[in-house]
Amino acid sequence: MKYEERLQNVTVLGAAGKMGSGILLLTAVEMADLSLQTENRDKIFVLNAVDVSDEALHGLMGYLRTQVRKIAEKKTMLLRSFYADRADLIENFDIIDEYIFDVMNIVRPVNAMEAAYNSHVIFEAIKEDPALKVKIFKQIKENSNVEPWFFTNTSSIPITELDEQAELNGNVVGFHFYNPPAIQKLVELIRADKTKDEVNDFALAYAKRLRKIIVPSNDIAGFIGNGHFMRDALYGMQEAEKRANDFGGYVNSVYAINKVTQDMLVRPMGIFQLIDYVGVEVCSYIMSVMNPKLDNEDLHSTLLDTMISQGITGGQYSSGAQKDGFLKYEKGRPVAIWDVNTKAYVNISDFASAVDTKLGAAPSSMKPWKAINFSKKRAATLETIFSEMNGMDTKGAQIAKAYNMRSNEIGRLLVDSNVAANDDDVNTVMATGFFHAYGPINNFLK
Amino acid sequence: MIPHKKVYMYGGYNTISLGTGRKEFNPKKERPGIEHYISEAGKGVLKQIGGADVVDDGVIGNFMAARFNNQANLPGFLPMIDKGLSMKYGTSVEGACGSGGLSLQTGIRNILSGSDVTLSLGVEVQNTMKAIYGADVLAGAGWYKKRKDGHAFFFPGQFSDRAGAYYEKYDKERARKGMSQWYANAMENARLDPTAQEYHNTNPNPYEACLKMEPNAKFFVPNLNVLDCSKVSDGASGIAIASEEGLKRMGVKPSDAVEVVCAVAATRDITQDPTDLTELEAIKYAVQKAMKEASITIGQVATAEVHDCFTIAGILTVEALGLAKRGEGCDFVAAKHTARDGKFPMNTSGGLIGWGHPTGGTGVHQAVTIWQQLTGRAGDYQVEIPNDRPYGMTINMGGDDVTISVIIYKRG
Repeated sequence: MKYEERLQNVTVLGAAGKMGSGILLLTAVEMADLSLQTENRDKIFVLNAVDVSDEALHGLMGYLRTQVRKIAEKKTMLLRSFYADRADLIENFDIIDEYIFDVMNIVRPVNAMEAAYNSHVIFEAIKEDPALKVKIFKQIKENSNVEPWFFTNTSSIPITELDEQAELNGNVVGFHFYNPPAIQKLVELIRADKTKDEVNDFALAYAKRLRKIIVPSNDIAGFIGNGHFMRDALYGMQEAEKRANDFGGYVNSVYAINKVTQDMLVRPMGIFQLIDYVGVEVCSYIMSVMNPKLDNEDLHSTLLDTMISQGITGGQYSSGAQKDGFLKYEKGRPVAIWDVNTKAYVNISDFASAVDTKLGAAPSSMKPWKAINFSKKRAATLETIFSEMNGMDTKGAQIAKAYNMRSNEIGRLLVDSNVAANDDDVNTVMATGFFHAYGPINNFLK
Repeated sequence: MIPHKKVYMYGGYNTISLGTGRKEFNPKKERPGIEHYISEAGKGVLKQIGGADVVDDGVIGNFMAARFNNQANLPGFLPMIDKGLSMKYGTSVEGACGSGGLSLQTGIRNILSGSDVTLSLGVEVQNTMKAIYGADVLAGAGWYKKRKDGHAFFFPGQFSDRAGAYYEKYDKERARKGMSQWYANAMENARLDPTAQEYHNTNPNPYEACLKMEPNAKFFVPNLNVLDCSKVSDGASGIAIASEEGLKRMGVKPSDAVEVVCAVAATRDITQDPTDLTELEAIKYAVQKAMKEASITIGQVATAEVHDCFTIAGILTVEALGLAKRGEGCDFVAAKHTARDGKFPMNTSGGLIGWGHPTGGTGVHQAVTIWQQLTGRAGDYQVEIPNDRPYGMTINMGGDDVTISVIIYKRG
């Protein structure tokens, strides 16, 4: 079966979720582009957007329309060539409108699983729950009229486990997009022990058409991305608790660690903001999937348990707005910090300047992440900043240096424990999946 | 056409040209509408000429308010500027990017048919759409039946074809040097005019910036880069056109005004492709006709405002004016002869590429700049007007060499 034949009937499971909606968008556009090729004009392409929530599917169609328009506006020259034989489509406006319709016309929003039974390709982006994934894979496999291939977006569950438990006979591969899938370039590709070559080849071809950067990860829980992030996050939470006395209490300490990890380490977000972005609950869940599979390590945070028990979950609203977590947000900016002791948010403005003084000044060469990450002089700028930081003894610099050492250690652990093939793969994942300005395996800080 | 009686222009006013490049431009925020620009430019002129009571009639040049702003019937906005314009004759004229030039031509004809003071305005507010849709609207300056085969960015596509033909026939490297110098001159001049869209431009080496930016068909058009193109702009300009009697009514001395020596309007068949892509045939016809009628040579012209919607149009206009042989306009520009301290300064307030190109407003903006230059009002961008070269010229073009207005001026 050729690439475009396999893509004639596809299902995305969890299509209205944060990851699923992005995967659906990219797949719908890819399928529409195939359908507009001259040789495919007589074929029907179907993309089932399966989700349990009617409300979320309703929102999904609005999201699709907006996003497809943006994509179409960027490739109007190509679209004019697609529709060159359509005399009725003259202006860019006509052409973009038709393209939006052609993409949307492929998508079937539905909440019945039966829709998936004719699909050759199943993208799965449901809850990170191994039992649920296995149950659904089994159900589809047993009822399918074809022999479907499964592409799971799991960020932590070993693919071999899913393959064996759902009895998929190697018709499965880990295809892990980063959030948001339409923007982040990275896809982690994870082969199970028995993943068939043709399944893997299709995954590579599809990723290439989507212009994604593929990094292979070995099939070890958490893979490269969460292998780093979960340990990095755990370290951040432990640091905050450990240093509470240094900063005049837990809340102040969360603020300090979040600030150092964003500003001093030149990251797009501080570690607590990133935990909130991914979701407090999601982080806890991923750790619980990974932890039983790790030797000599306890990847578990009682602080996350406490937060969840207090009803603080983080994550995002369907609009994409950030829900409150460790931090409380106003217009996307952190304004307060959750105090697990008093169960209330404390305004950052009440204590920020006292903590800032304790942290000490930033290096004079310091620039924000945004100014560095997209600059052509990125490497040189980082070199300057970090060599200045190496000579500093402020509390902020000490924490930053220790944090970077730990990040470095985690990176090396991933290579040593055979999750990643080499240092570069670890660094590529952090740079393209997490938007870090530099990889964890570096010689910047000493 | 040599006016059969004296026709003057006075009291020019420009709004800022708003769009990318201006610090105050934020595409995500609401911006002033077309009413604001008409009103500001109109009031700016009326203030200098003693108010609306001295005005007999008005004309607005505009290209596509009907699509950019969903607004037609523009004459109805004249009385909005000032109650004194209520119940007077008003009209609007359209000739694509040459609409401003047609506003001047109409104003001149108003005076020749008996009016004493005409308020001539030109306006366009086109940041209302993303560029990819704006390109559809601007494509209306070409023949709609050719739109289907045209580029997504239709007009850059048209002039990219002209640039490509020029590269092919002559020499791409020399051409790119000339075009890059044209861009550099535009930036240098625009930085001297606070109303210019590129007034805030700080690029230390615009010449190198343009030269190094290789045109790329994958992202834009094959033979032009984005710096070769004029900008998407919101703006308006206005000027009063008057008879001798009108000047007296306004209390203005002739020496503070410019006199229209000759006005030529020429149109080329929009349904026909240009005979030769490396020549602006209609512009050439109109400028040569104007100089012949006025009995002057190009050597007597101190400065000109030319229609550089694209750098290649600037180069081709230099050749149409006879300042350089065909194929050598690029060298003439590369040698900085059209720079502000060169032997023939052009577009001294930045032109379409530097000052901005609110399409329907451009022709009037050109007249305002020439009035300022010839009467010593150009401030920081003033150039020398030698006694033996007392003339100024404006060349405004609608579409691809289709709707041309050429006016020759001297100080009154």
